[in-house]
Amino acid sequence: MTDTETTPPLLEVEDLTRLYGSRVGCQNVRFSLWPGEIVGIVGESGSGKTTLLNCLSASLEPTSGSVYYRDRLDRRLDLWRLSESERRMLMRTDWGIVHQNPRDGLRMDVSAGANIGERLMAVGARHYGDIRAEAGTWMRRVEIELDRIDDRPTSFSGGMQQRLQIARNLVSKPRLIFMDEPTGGLDVSVQARLLDLLRGLVTDLGLSAVVVTHDLAVTRLLAHRLMVMRRGEVVEHGLTDQVLDDPQHPYTQLLVSSILQT
Amino acid sequence: MTAAASPLAGYNFAYLDEQTKRMIRRAILKAVAVPGYQVPFGSREMPLPYGWGTGGIQVTASIIGRDDVLKVIDQGADDTTNAVSIRQFFARTAGVATTEHTPDASIIQTRHRIPETPLSDDQILVYQVPIPEPLRWIEPRETETRKMHALAEYGVMHVKLYEDIARFGQINTSYNYPVLVNHRYLMAPSPIPKFDNPKMNRMRALQLFGAGREKRIYAVPPFTRVESLDFEDYPFEVQHWDHVCALCGAADSYLDEVITDDHGGRMFICSDSDYCAGRRERGHVGPQETVRFGSDAAE
Repeated sequence: MTDTETTPPLLEVEDLTRLYGSRVGCQNVRFSLWPGEIVGIVGESGSGKTTLLNCLSASLEPTSGSVYYRDRLDRRLDLWRLSESERRMLMRTDWGIVHQNPRDGLRMDVSAGANIGERLMAVGARHYGDIRAEAGTWMRRVEIELDRIDDRPTSFSGGMQQRLQIARNLVSKPRLIFMDEPTGGLDVSVQARLLDLLRGLVTDLGLSAVVVTHDLAVTRLLAHRLMVMRRGEVVEHGLTDQVLDDPQHPYTQLLVSSILQT
Repeated sequence: MTAAASPLAGYNFAYLDEQTKRMIRRAILKAVAVPGYQVPFGSREMPLPYGWGTGGIQVTASIIGRDDVLKVIDQGADDTTNAVSIRQFFARTAGVATTEHTPDASIIQTRHRIPETPLSDDQILVYQVPIPEPLRWIEPRETETRKMHALAEYGVMHVKLYEDIARFGQINTSYNYPVLVNHRYLMAPSPIPKFDNPKMNRMRALQLFGAGREKRIYAVPPFTRVESLDFEDYPFEVQHWDHVCALCGAADSYLDEVITDDHGGRMFICSDSDYCAGRRERGHVGPQETVRFGSDAAE
């Protein structure tokens, strides 16, 4: 975590609203994300978590409001005022997006090595040996055996696909990762291993992240701060432990109390 | 050369109506102005099936004049079905002279090959293109591929080449090998063998590409840079053979493998029939022999 007094935020969200016709996707969301920080967004299904994440990650244009991103050159960029090519460049260099379903984030018909190497080739890497070596390094970092480098993701288990997706995103050394239910659809032991891995990588690389999940345990483990969403609005916002241990809003209280206690 | 005759009565010159030709010429002009860019055009129904050269035939029909001399090749040969029927089509509908001799032609319509004889400034090469989009393999959405062209996001094309090396130990793409035109647009050179790719680079002749079903026209103007994609440690290479042409002895041309019997006998002969015939006329003689399986290896 960084000193918020002296360090400017990496991501600033101001009055972000996304409407689907008259229906509300998310409304009046404002928050800041500092370098090295992980923010969790929780809420029930349909509360606007994914809409918000898509607006932040430049996948979905907001109806109103702004998202500012501070790039490596310390420029404060208004995301939705950038040209499309600049936005797409950010998406494949500075950012990573980990989808809930690895099939959305991977190319299923090319090998694991090519999946990891794609971002490198997209920014101009043209040396096969180097690309392959880098892919191998990342396979090891996400705990996939090196001899699977030429196998297609279709032959991988769900947990391996998710780890491959993470490697494919991290290879470009991004500064900010967006994760949508990164552990969804995985069994509990695999979830635990993935969370462990994510936590290690995030700390090692000093990444910032926005993690959307409905699983409070995931936020407890990963997130420094927590935002609780309901019907498109942020109803509570604070340090993770604070929100989970002493929930103020009735909806948060309901959410926390609905977890099985052991 | 077959001399010009009078065109078929009841048809407009070269089959297409003049308005359609104008529309196609406009598309061609735009294509020439933006080398490698795929220009949409209103492709017409032609009296031959899709996949037989409906795009190429429309381009040829739009640029051909009464004084033109047409050559049509299919897989390098002048005497294959596709070549014969398209040549006949223009001989009848435009009454133009036709030839099989590359240097005599002013327009050459081709499928799958570039003639071995270097082309000159006053010639036009018209390619028949089945799939104009080189990114189609990696990205099925047309909206997305157009965006990728607009923003010159071509990294994924190397993913395909990477995949080739990872699987086969070399870049195994042997035809329709992707090229970058004028340092800007990624282009599918139509299904010519990669052997012909270097000929496209700074070619003296104008190259026009027509895709009838996909309704796209693109072009490479004369003397334009055409680079084949590759990796630093796996540079672009063309095919080479252990044999020379059995008929004319050429060692520098693209060879077809022709099966001669059912005991594994085969011959390697030039795919460019005009080039081969020209060499034989000039007295070149190949080994004339049938190669047998296993004879390449030490016995």
